[in-house]
Amino acid sequence: MVGTESATVDEQLHEHFTRTIERDQRVEPRDWMPSGYRRTLVRQIAQHAHSEIIGMQPEGNWITRAPSLRRKAILLAKVQDEAGHGLYLYSAAETLGVDRAELTDKLLTQKQKYSSIFNYPTLTFADIGVIGWLVDGAAIVNQVPLCRCSYGPYGRAMVRICKEESFHQRQGYELLMTMMNGTRRQREMVQDATDRWWWPSLMMFGPPDGDSPNTRQSMEWGIKRHTNDELRQKFVDMTVPQAEALGVRLPDSGLVYNPERGHYDFSEPDWDEFRRVLEGNGPCNAQRIERRREAHRDGAWVREAAAAHAAKQQRRGRAAV
Amino acid sequence: MSFDNAYEAVTEAQPDGDTRWAFGTGFVDPLDGVDTTVPSGVDREGLATYCLMLGDDALVLSHRLSEWTTRAHELEDEVALANIALDLLGQARMLLSRAAAVAGDGGDEDSLAYFRDEREFRNVRLVELPRGDFGRCVAGLLVFSTWRLAVLGRLTHSADPVLAAVAAKGVKEVTYHRDYAARWAVRLGDGTEYSARRLHQGFADVLPFVAELFTPHELERELARQEVAVDPAPLRPEFDEVLHTVCTTAGTELPEVTPVGTLAGEAGRHGVHTEHLGYLLAEMQSLARGDPEARW
Amino acid sequence: MTDSTDRNPEPGQVRTPDTAWPLFEVFVRGKRGLNHVHVGSLHAPDERMALHNARNLYTRRNEGVSIWVVRAEHITASSPDEKDPFFAPSGDKVYRHPTFYELPDDVPHI
Repeated sequence: MVGTESATVDEQLHEHFTRTIERDQRVEPRDWMPSGYRRTLVRQIAQHAHSEIIGMQPEGNWITRAPSLRRKAILLAKVQDEAGHGLYLYSAAETLGVDRAELTDKLLTQKQKYSSIFNYPTLTFADIGVIGWLVDGAAIVNQVPLCRCSYGPYGRAMVRICKEESFHQRQGYELLMTMMNGTRRQREMVQDATDRWWWPSLMMFGPPDGDSPNTRQSMEWGIKRHTNDELRQKFVDMTVPQAEALGVRLPDSGLVYNPERGHYDFSEPDWDEFRRVLEGNGPCNAQRIERRREAHRDGAWVREAAAAHAAKQQRRGRAAV
Repeated sequence: MSFDNAYEAVTEAQPDGDTRWAFGTGFVDPLDGVDTTVPSGVDREGLATYCLMLGDDALVLSHRLSEWTTRAHELEDEVALANIALDLLGQARMLLSRAAAVAGDGGDEDSLAYFRDEREFRNVRLVELPRGDFGRCVAGLLVFSTWRLAVLGRLTHSADPVLAAVAAKGVKEVTYHRDYAARWAVRLGDGTEYSARRLHQGFADVLPFVAELFTPHELERELARQEVAVDPAPLRPEFDEVLHTVCTTAGTELPEVTPVGTLAGEAGRHGVHTEHLGYLLAEMQSLARGDPEARW
Repeated sequence: MTDSTDRNPEPGQVRTPDTAWPLFEVFVRGKRGLNHVHVGSLHAPDERMALHNARNLYTRRNEGVSIWVVRAEHITASSPDEKDPFFAPSGDKVYRHPTFYELPDDVPHI
């Protein structure tokens, strides 16, 4: 049914879109955009939002046991921020014509993924510090370039999130410094947590560039600004001196500065483990999704009640007129 | 923002540093800037204990509310409940710090929160009740915040400048908490048949603990005479009126209940609690007690 | 059910599950002398709750700022690029009408 006239229009629309991207201008919600661009964005933003929400669980695990009231307040505020970040992101996704309820459903039925880092357990309070330092640190490296994402609402949400995220990282690092200056047990806890979270943190940047088929297109569209390997290298380079300052050992015997490259060399993460966790077979996948389902299920009557009350109020208002 | 180095870009000094973190970084000294001298003629030990009473109420309820994290029915309410828990935690920290400072025995907010046993906690029993469902949460929060708002409102005139300052800050916060609970009570009461039942059951669970809120400990009476504390007994009519207004709007009738018993007249304020508190403290204190030498 | 038609008055709008709350857009005036600025959106069962949530989420309960919330479906929007001759659908009553976005892909009509 596509006539020559509409084909031309289609081309023109496409050209307009391409020009916007080339001029490094932002694409806004009501602009025409290729369906692939929209699909990619919806998938990426939703996955990002889900990660914030699921990511509340490993840290939330320690709120009721935080060992000082100051740490408890920080942790509670941090986990609350993550709920907020999830909301900013769902809000950005909704400008693309999807509904949050629909995305929640896709998370609960596992049709959409979240960052596999959150499928690891938090076993000691040092994990709270290491998550702030390494996991939030990796997230920042991933996310800062997204502030310049070609899609306006996503970029704006990321600006807000990155500002708050930098704080999260610092509180984590500060906790670890305090612990490293504490008792022997505390120092051991920090080393143990670092050993456990280092590799999963490196995996947060996704598979190596050779196995990341969508990267090129995402970069052309201005959604992504750097490749996975570039970001991973940036993270390693910035983390090594932080580890030294802290006095912890990063668990990679291959980690050594390469003066020729001007970067640290490091070993390959276990990509088989990455794939296993991504496919659902990490230590906490089932538990994380089940908690989310449970909250959604248990809360259904509350959401229904609020909607029913609003509808009644609307009718009453109309009747009163 | 510079984007060449991701890390530098986000750690660049920003003039509006506070906006980076939901609640600012002001976690260090909750009583910064307040005159902390104990006015002459005020019984120090009594004042310290009174601060524990109000501080423990806030600490224990904050704990229960924080249990909602990752369990709320919708993300917006996840944020709201965490806000309330944080406000109460902030109040607890100021009050426990005041208790420690007034007692002057080298303790601090953490030694009081983490190294006292069940019998030494002075909170009312209402705040210990298990989390329950959202109907219970709303009923409990409405009852608690209505009572606490009445108390804090009077306490802004306390002869102790710290209590007055804590109360002044708390009034704003608890007004918001009460508003949140009241609006949800109306939604649940008016919403569906099921939600009305859940709200009703929530009230049935918490109302037996209301009488205790208005039964002053002898210390509260004594300190009220010194115009340091508030005697809650005369506040009951005000409390009843607020509850009545909310329930009428919600179309809910408050269940008739018998107040839960006491042990020879003693309850939470005396350190006589429900069995729930022990488990709550076991969880809250486990890590801190596991390595008492540690600093966090 | 009358309830769900109440909540979805726009014909053709994609139905959301019955328990999903409507979408509100949030506008905040950070301080006196500034305009209200769009900061994002949220879901709430009604206007009061939307204000409440907006204060929690977008202003961190900073008193003294002014907040507007408006149902997304009540916003009439133009194309961001007014000169764009290809901005197609007429009767664009909604800001984020889910079905709107399907149009250009499949039926690039004028």
